Amino acid sequence: MFSGWLTTIVFLPLAGAIIIALFVRGDKNVRWFAGIISLAELVLSIAVFAQYDLGAGADQFQLVDKIEDWIPVESFKVQYFLAIDGLSAPMVLLTGILGMVSVFASWSVKERLPEYFMWLLILQSAVMGVFTSMDFFLFFIFWELELIPMFFLISIWGSKPNREYSAMKFLIFTFLGSAFMLVGILVLFFSFDTFDMTLLPDAISRGGILLPASLVFTMIFIAFAVKLPIWPLHSWLPDAHTDAPTAASVMLAGVLLKMGAYGMLRISATMFPEVMAGIAWLLASVGVINILYGAAIVLRQTDLKRLIAFSSISHMGFVVLGLSAVVGVNGQVSTVGITGAALQMFTHGTITGLLFLLAGFIYERTHTRHIPHLGGLATRMPMLTGALVLAGLASLGLPSTSGFVSEIHVFLGVFPVWSWLTAVGAFGVVLTAGYILWMIQRAMFGPENQHLNNVSDATVMEMVPVAVMVAAIMVVGIYPAIIADVFTTGIQPIVDSLQIAVTASLQ
Amino acid sequence: MTTHDIYLLSPEISMAGLAILLILVDLVVSRKSILTIVAVLGLAVPLALSIVLWFDLTDQAATQMKADFGTEIVTFVVDKFSLFFKFLLVGATALVILASSEYVSKFKNFHGEFFALILFATSGMMLLASTVELITIYVSLELTALPIAALAAFMRDSRSSEAGLKFLILSAISSAVLLYGMVIIYGFTGTTVLADIATQLGGLLDGESAFGGNALLFGVILVIAGFGFKISSVPFQMWAPDVYEGSPTPVTAFLSVASKAAGFAVILRVFYIAFSAEILSVDWSAVFAVLAAVSMTFGNLVAIRQNNIKRMLGYSTIAHAGYLMVGLAAVASRTPDADAIIGPSGVLFYLSGYAITNLAAFSAVIAISNRINSDLIDSFAGMARRAPFLAGVLGFSMISLIGVPPTVGFMSKIYIFGAAVDTNLEWLAVTGMVNSVISAYYYLRVVKVMYLREPIDDAPVGSALPMKLAVMVTMAGTAFFGIYPTPLINLARSAVDVLVS
Repeated sequence: MFSGWLTTIVFLPLAGAIIIALFVRGDKNVRWFAGIISLAELVLSIAVFAQYDLGAGADQFQLVDKIEDWIPVESFKVQYFLAIDGLSAPMVLLTGILGMVSVFASWSVKERLPEYFMWLLILQSAVMGVFTSMDFFLFFIFWELELIPMFFLISIWGSKPNREYSAMKFLIFTFLGSAFMLVGILVLFFSFDTFDMTLLPDAISRGGILLPASLVFTMIFIAFAVKLPIWPLHSWLPDAHTDAPTAASVMLAGVLLKMGAYGMLRISATMFPEVMAGIAWLLASVGVINILYGAAIVLRQTDLKRLIAFSSISHMGFVVLGLSAVVGVNGQVSTVGITGAALQMFTHGTITGLLFLLAGFIYERTHTRHIPHLGGLATRMPMLTGALVLAGLASLGLPSTSGFVSEIHVFLGVFPVWSWLTAVGAFGVVLTAGYILWMIQRAMFGPENQHLNNVSDATVMEMVPVAVMVAAIMVVGIYPAIIADVFTTGIQPIVDSLQIAVTASLQ
Repeated sequence: MTTHDIYLLSPEISMAGLAILLILVDLVVSRKSILTIVAVLGLAVPLALSIVLWFDLTDQAATQMKADFGTEIVTFVVDKFSLFFKFLLVGATALVILASSEYVSKFKNFHGEFFALILFATSGMMLLASTVELITIYVSLELTALPIAALAAFMRDSRSSEAGLKFLILSAISSAVLLYGMVIIYGFTGTTVLADIATQLGGLLDGESAFGGNALLFGVILVIAGFGFKISSVPFQMWAPDVYEGSPTPVTAFLSVASKAAGFAVILRVFYIAFSAEILSVDWSAVFAVLAAVSMTFGNLVAIRQNNIKRMLGYSTIAHAGYLMVGLAAVASRTPDADAIIGPSGVLFYLSGYAITNLAAFSAVIAISNRINSDLIDSFAGMARRAPFLAGVLGFSMISLIGVPPTVGFMSKIYIFGAAVDTNLEWLAVTGMVNSVISAYYYLRVVKVMYLREPIDDAPVGSALPMKLAVMVTMAGTAFFGIYPTPLINLARSAVDVLVS
């Protein structure tokens, strides 16, 4: 089976990076070449998303690209296996959108341009690979492949003086998490003799795993928890975000964090439903801690990017809270909460991506991220201000924006299960409204700052990615089914296996 | 000694012959670059003979061809295991010679002798891969160690002399320890032939023996200590950093790759053939597991603080000895349904991956430090601009040494940790992976210095053609086997069949 779509979408950016390294000369050519690649990637991701067949009776895994004898050695049976299901199709779309946005957001980068776009494109390949791999080993390869581009993007093009420290912190945290995951993957392989992620859930449910399932679960879960990040493993995130260049922040917030959430759904919940249901209380608790802790820290941030970074921690808490619905109520597991978690991955990707993009644009113009030094920018940059207001409103969950859709799903799904915790967590929405509106007010409105007299509004080139993101936010906000229905087809099988596990545990 | 014996020994004989030829050629030619060409082309002979032997083995469908030398005991065999190491050793030697072509111009004379000593050491290592008898092992080890001691002292400045002397003395001590261990084992079993030791041990461990088998285990531990020196495992590692720093850089590369490969060849042979008894193998597996964990942790932690790149790579090689010993600890008899050859084949795969990667790293280091006359990591600042290609290769090989895809370092690391998981040593796999994270810190420091710092000097750093060739071959190998390791793994697996059958 080889449809070729996913192979193309995964390796196109990588091929582009190699071509840039070898053939493309001149900054302008490099920029346009990268732009064209990323646009092609966006078109491909829309095409892949549109091709996903929602119909009843459709295969769960579609657009399969499979080479079974890549490394057919005994004790190392690795296949090349790409496919999408309802869970990964929207993530492919999200990566396509943010990949394009991050390339166009880098139009004004001047230093070491060919290298810069190379790393950015390789990063996109790696993330695409994570979301489409259905072989656990291949998944891990892409998971690790993303480290080096991000390390370089932060440490070379980040903001001084802490960029090297932040890049190394990011790398060590993530690498340490994945170190444990690898051992977990190997235990699964030697228990069941396969790396195939479509076969492993069944195999695990039949038993015969070499180590206790909860231990293997923990080893794998740590990697996702660091990536998401779950409190108290979050401390790399504010540093990395603050010092990363705009495009890297967009990718980091938009898709890299989602790799953690995606892993929890694709691997933790699908392969270990019993353990996942068993720790649902823990998920709910840390989810709420994430929401409130992130929001509380945001309140005292004066650095624009650091503020958005901590708000990411808060918002990713909703994903964890949504996942805690896995245990169900009265033995009935519903799809609502988990769909909410999945939706939150997508919507947070677009909303926070847009926020980082706008923060980057503002920083380029004013050369400061310190909010008290901004102020009164609305009259000088009306378009950017409009976009920031919209992104902020989406971030605090205003109805008709995508942020509302995902948060309401999470609350509806989790409230019946963990009523008190959800009620406490809902307080985070209030805090969010507080800090977002306060941030916009201080940064964009209020008295004009004299030294910011000659800042200009966004150029047409810069409005392209902004417009794409705004469109993504509004479309999902007004017609959520376009994404939610796809997610539901991917989540239904997970919920089915959770249901079996929960029913079994009640008996 | 029959012609058949000579045929079986022909790779080693041609290797030693090439060494003598080089000394003679050195006397008559005035352009010393001819020596490099002669040496590299000459290496095609032992390689070709090894390939012939490989196909001969396959044709006969035999696992081994034994040389008898007119004596009653078998001391030398040719099998796929030994041939795998001969390929690896000849390849590594060729790359070391290519990489040293420019470096030798630092010496006033003795160019031919420099290459000849490398080749003599290689012939000793090739013998080592083929021997199946304790005395022959000892003699081959000495044949390996003495030329290396001379090579380490080749620069004749104080550091290099110190390196040579240190290697010589510590190597002598370790040989003594090894001999003592061998004597104990001989005392219990009455034989020096590995296969016979195994049969004798079977009876000994079942029945009564002096000191209840503990004395025997003591002998085994002394053997481990002796070999531990050769592969620079903790706690026998103290020579490595000083010798690595003081020796001429190509010799350092040779030590870290070829010497280590030969050491692991003989360890695998001794422990899988002679001490394969089930009870004993679980015992030595435990010893290797602990040594592995300690080696990698010590090597990585100390490497963090190094400022000299050769010394840093010296400590990193201790860490890699630790990763390799994971494969030794992964003995299949620990668990009932484990893959019988996963441990030893992991060692072979990792060794070849490490050889390719480390030679890439050393070639790039030799090329750069030769032109800037410094081994300090800080002096590599801004090398990405001064020598983009070399810096790229060095960076890529650092990534491979960490074990990040798409490199052979990643594939081999996962394979060998897989062996640990398969044999119920999950804790060792976890230790290994955590160590990879620690190692990322100092390997990436080199990358950071090259790509992030401003260059001290703007002059571009070039390299000669043989150097470029060595760098390109190793770089291509690192990338190719990182994406498609199947042929290398299959080769390693077919090579170790003879150990467990």
